[in-house]
Amino acid sequence: MKIYEYQVKEFFRSFGIPTPRGAAGKTSDEIVTAARSLGVMPVVLKSQIKAGGRGKAGGIRTANTLEEAGLQAIDLLGSRLVTAQTGPAGEQVNSLLLEERIDHERELYVGILVDRETGRPALLVSGEGGVDIEKLAREAPGQILCESIDPAYGLRSFQASRVFLSLGLPSASAARCAELSLSLYRLFMEMDCSDVEINPLALTTSGEPVALDGKVNVDDNALYRHPPLASLHEKEEENALEAAASALGLNYIKLNGSVGCMVNGAGLAMATMDLIKMTGAEPANFLDVGGGASVSRIREGLRIVLADRNVKILFVNIFGGILRCDTVAEGIAQGVRDLSISVPVVIRLEGTNRDEGLKILSSSGLNFIQVTDLREAVLRIGEEVARAG
Amino acid sequence: MSILINENTRVAVQGITGTEGAFHARRMIEYGTKVVAGVTPGKGGLVHDGVPVFDSMREAAQETAPDVSVIFVPAPYAADAVMEAAEAGIKLVVCPAEGIPVLDTVLARRYLEERKVMLIGPNTPGIISPGKCKVGLMAGYIHRQGSVGVVSRSGTLTYEAVHQLSRKGIGQSTCLGIGGDPVVGLSFVDILQLYEEDPGTKAVVLIGEIGGSMEEKAAEFFRTTMTKPLIAYIAGVTAPPERRMGHAGAIISRNRGGAQEKIRALEDAGVIVVRNPAEIGDIVESALRLR
Repeated sequence: MKIYEYQVKEFFRSFGIPTPRGAAGKTSDEIVTAARSLGVMPVVLKSQIKAGGRGKAGGIRTANTLEEAGLQAIDLLGSRLVTAQTGPAGEQVNSLLLEERIDHERELYVGILVDRETGRPALLVSGEGGVDIEKLAREAPGQILCESIDPAYGLRSFQASRVFLSLGLPSASAARCAELSLSLYRLFMEMDCSDVEINPLALTTSGEPVALDGKVNVDDNALYRHPPLASLHEKEEENALEAAASALGLNYIKLNGSVGCMVNGAGLAMATMDLIKMTGAEPANFLDVGGGASVSRIREGLRIVLADRNVKILFVNIFGGILRCDTVAEGIAQGVRDLSISVPVVIRLEGTNRDEGLKILSSSGLNFIQVTDLREAVLRIGEEVARAG
Repeated sequence: MSILINENTRVAVQGITGTEGAFHARRMIEYGTKVVAGVTPGKGGLVHDGVPVFDSMREAAQETAPDVSVIFVPAPYAADAVMEAAEAGIKLVVCPAEGIPVLDTVLARRYLEERKVMLIGPNTPGIISPGKCKVGLMAGYIHRQGSVGVVSRSGTLTYEAVHQLSRKGIGQSTCLGIGGDPVVGLSFVDILQLYEEDPGTKAVVLIGEIGGSMEEKAAEFFRTTMTKPLIAYIAGVTAPPERRMGHAGAIISRNRGGAQEKIRALEDAGVIVVRNPAEIGDIVESALRLR
């Protein structure tokens, strides 16, 4: 789960990581009031969207007077910001973060993530702040220093100091940065993050580190341990159908083609997409019903897939394991009763309780094309796509 | 022959009295797996489907000496159950649970590493040596005993590949999913090493997907060490970047972990890469004929 910068900074402060002084606001009046109470100039206005690349897209402005801050706020609030990471539709700016500007000499990068290779957390530090760390990792991996963290002992002070000293920081600054990294590690663990970063971390003229921007990415699987975040998460789902699916515990992804897909398992979902593209068609969406779906979840999932108006053909591709075919069939049969299905339906059902499932489907009144393997599925989908034009 | 489990393997089921645990324990027993113990805290002393139930893994281990434990407990408790099995002296733990917080897995993995315990999963369909032993939730009937190893990151795609092989009369030595999470126990390379050493395995099918770099490592292992034919399929060629494709592990992050890079690495190493998922069976068949 991604959260906004102003929320990230609240986390930073509660874990003792210094940030610029400031406040968030949703109207220009709130921003001007915040600037007045801050009592310093210039100030920085930062658009609160979850995608990166805001600076280059004009989403971060500086103001030298209260009037200017007000005008900038009017200009930014309600606009759609298109950055390198948002996609062409952009993301709407609903709030701004107003902050004091921090004069500084140097910018660093500090991040902690779960390293998939070692299965352990790792501290990543670079002398280049404000960078895209994954891009840097590809293009100049030598500029990233990495300390693997033994989760049994946590990040140790000597490890963190070593990294900052090897960047050539003066010892007092290195010590302050190391201390801050330990706080960041505490945040990472206590908030169940998959990754956190301070980027850039500014070093002021007096050598003090200040977190100018950052990311806190909380592991969705651990949201149950953080109820306030979990409720925030539900409120902020972007796409209505994706939100409905996620409320049901299903994974729904909206795409741009005409074949609606109901599948179980991420791997089969991806292979199904790849396969549909090979027929010359494009998937409209895919709904992964996962392993533990119940009859009612399948029924509601079917409703979600069919609610997408672009769907001209429905492909149900289920290979039962923990999910049983009869459960899927019963869900579809119930769906057929209260949805009017006007598109051709191609069904491939295999695995646990297949025969029971097929029996339920054939007595459901649904007019469907049964296929027994992927090759046949490709042929039939191709035919139906051609027919649907 | 097979890897990791065979006809003599003794299995404990943690969470045997829960809905999933009970269902799959019965399926495993029907398949012929030696399920020797069940564990559910608070249900010790019961006999479930002919299997004695214990309150703790330690008791189950003392009384019944299982080699393998399979975890059918909900995600919030799964990491703890994995560690409990390791502490009781089990040497291979299979963890199907989906949705375990990644930092829980990190800690459990660390705990197992110290005790030299192997972990399959989390988020795995489990492992099966057809005709001998099944530890997990795959449908037994699609498998057929033989000499092709199948290893995958995805559950349903493992079934898909196995099904295509069996329909062509190509049997399997051992099939397993290593798990779809970003952090898992045994890796592709660990499993390829075992297949390479197993005299009962003549060829291996590897089903990879976007995200991470385990497929690239497998390619490197094949190039330097492996003598048996390896046939690979990579799911997610058409997956949009930055979207989590169901598996927490299946995500292309800013040009890393993409399918094309993986396919290139595998092909450069001399691995046969199947492009169309409907053709896995055909291509394995022709690769075997060529040998």
